[in-house]
Amino acid sequence: MEDKSTGYRIFSVFNVLIMLALILVTAYPIYYVLIASISNPVELSLNTQALIKPLPPYTLSAYKTVLDNPMIGKGYLNTLFILLVGLCFNLTLTVMGAYFLSLKNVFFKTPITFLIIFTMYFNGGLVPTYLNIRDLGLFDSLWSLIIPTAINTTNLIIMKTAFQSIPDSLVESGRLDGASHFTILFKIMLPLAIPTLMVMVLYYGVGHWNAWFNASIYLQTRDKFPLQLVLRNILLATQASGDMMGGIDTDEMAQMAELIKYALIVVATFPILCVYPFLQKYFVKGVMVGAIKG
Amino acid sequence: MSVKTKPAKGQNGMKEIIFRDLKMNRDAYLLIIPVVLFYLLFAYKPMYGMIIAFKNYSPARGILGSEWAANFGMEHFVSFFGSYYFLRILRNTIIISLTSILFGFPAPILLALLLNEIKSERFKRITQTISYMPHFISLVVVCSMVNMFTSNTGFLTALMPFFGQERVSLLSQQQYFVPIYVLSGIWQEIGWGAIIYLAALTGIDQELYEAARIDGAGRWKQTLYVTLPGISGTIIIMLLLRLGSVMNVGFEKIILLYNPSIYETADVISSFVYRKGLNEFQWSYSAAVGLFNSIVNFLLIILFNRISRKASEVSLW
Repeated sequence: MEDKSTGYRIFSVFNVLIMLALILVTAYPIYYVLIASISNPVELSLNTQALIKPLPPYTLSAYKTVLDNPMIGKGYLNTLFILLVGLCFNLTLTVMGAYFLSLKNVFFKTPITFLIIFTMYFNGGLVPTYLNIRDLGLFDSLWSLIIPTAINTTNLIIMKTAFQSIPDSLVESGRLDGASHFTILFKIMLPLAIPTLMVMVLYYGVGHWNAWFNASIYLQTRDKFPLQLVLRNILLATQASGDMMGGIDTDEMAQMAELIKYALIVVATFPILCVYPFLQKYFVKGVMVGAIKG
Repeated sequence: MSVKTKPAKGQNGMKEIIFRDLKMNRDAYLLIIPVVLFYLLFAYKPMYGMIIAFKNYSPARGILGSEWAANFGMEHFVSFFGSYYFLRILRNTIIISLTSILFGFPAPILLALLLNEIKSERFKRITQTISYMPHFISLVVVCSMVNMFTSNTGFLTALMPFFGQERVSLLSQQQYFVPIYVLSGIWQEIGWGAIIYLAALTGIDQELYEAARIDGAGRWKQTLYVTLPGISGTIIIMLLLRLGSVMNVGFEKIILLYNPSIYETADVISSFVYRKGLNEFQWSYSAAVGLFNSIVNFLLIILFNRISRKASEVSLW
């Protein structure tokens, strides 16, 4: 590792500076959202520059509006439902599929593997997929966000790889004792694959948390909208921002709308930003397992 | 599971093997049946649904009941290839995709190499943790942040006068869409993307560095001759995966960011399919465009995989 040349020393200094710049560029937009959300709405609407600290007088009124809006609470609850029920489906089906694919001597393994892997490279496309969901009667139902996404093939391969990496000797000894497939899966393999199972929880969980597109095409009833779709409708569709506050006159409304958007981002994003540093070892593990060719 | 494949003698031998396999592995097959049903219902049934691209689909008549399109079913393809949109969305898809790859692909590799040279483990860990923070922000939120920061009062727009440009909402200007799309993508994914390369870097045999040092190689030469070859396998696999989706520009981000005034540079095949199909209900026409996209993409994956297998013996399958 040691390289004491002047060139390398200069590089090292620059390297640290580059990393500091990266930290700044990464964190500043998020910091900006935070300080903008508690700034004075009038001052904020006049400001056009980057901010270092919130513009006084500080106010939490935007947070009050956000938390008073019933759509936000409902959105959180819908997302929570999709997340929890969705994860049950995700984990059950992924583990079942991965176990089968990890077996060595099963006659129909090759065609079934092909059937599954092929879908990674070719799919029916948006319109046939949409019509399929409609024909199956899942339209305007939260199940349309849960069942069709029950298995993600990449995740399935990660899980399969984890099962395959369990030493044969353990599985073999179980088999000699006359253990059935179910016993081998639940008593021997799953306990050893718990770290990867955690990776699955996190990958599928983040997927459900971020998803908005399927909800936007399959759901019609506003009460069923998950959080991200509610966010999209308020943050990106300009006409919808009026929903948040009836009865305020236009100027004030426009200024407040800006502030509310920032507060909304904070409310919707901070839970996950507070949690991820503690979960990162699982994510990192997932990336590394996933990197091994399936 | 412990079926020893004896040399099968004709039909009977084969039957016997299958029978014994089904008997011994009955539980395993019970586990896979729901999974196979899932794939048939949610992946293969839509593939069958693709035939509406050759029909004039009407929801009332269903897939089978709808009549075939004119020109031996090719009407929608003919009208798409002949339309003004064909070249525009094909061009935009390729430009956005290739620009993303050109800048977005090397960025995490560079970050991993630089992080690898940081001596303080603590500083390295902190930088890394912060660098993947944006990965955990939802796409909807990232796009709305981009939207706000590049509006005519946004702080990013405030930088434009420094470059001698007008101070206008950047997302209303055609020429800024691709840079905004690519840069926000790098911002969101650079740290996350670096993880895999950092993992590959830890796998390099330290003795190789030792040997290089004895040969008088400085840190730069070590990077060139030990580090880069050490992670080249990972790089190629990641590049293959990335190239495999050249035609699949993520339309979720596009439709969150674009607006009609910049369709000229921002509209891609998938966003076009979305608009024609789900907003304008031209089912068969948009299915035809989607099918064209899927086929080109599939052929590209096969092509890249073949090239890679020949050139480097690394392949996806």
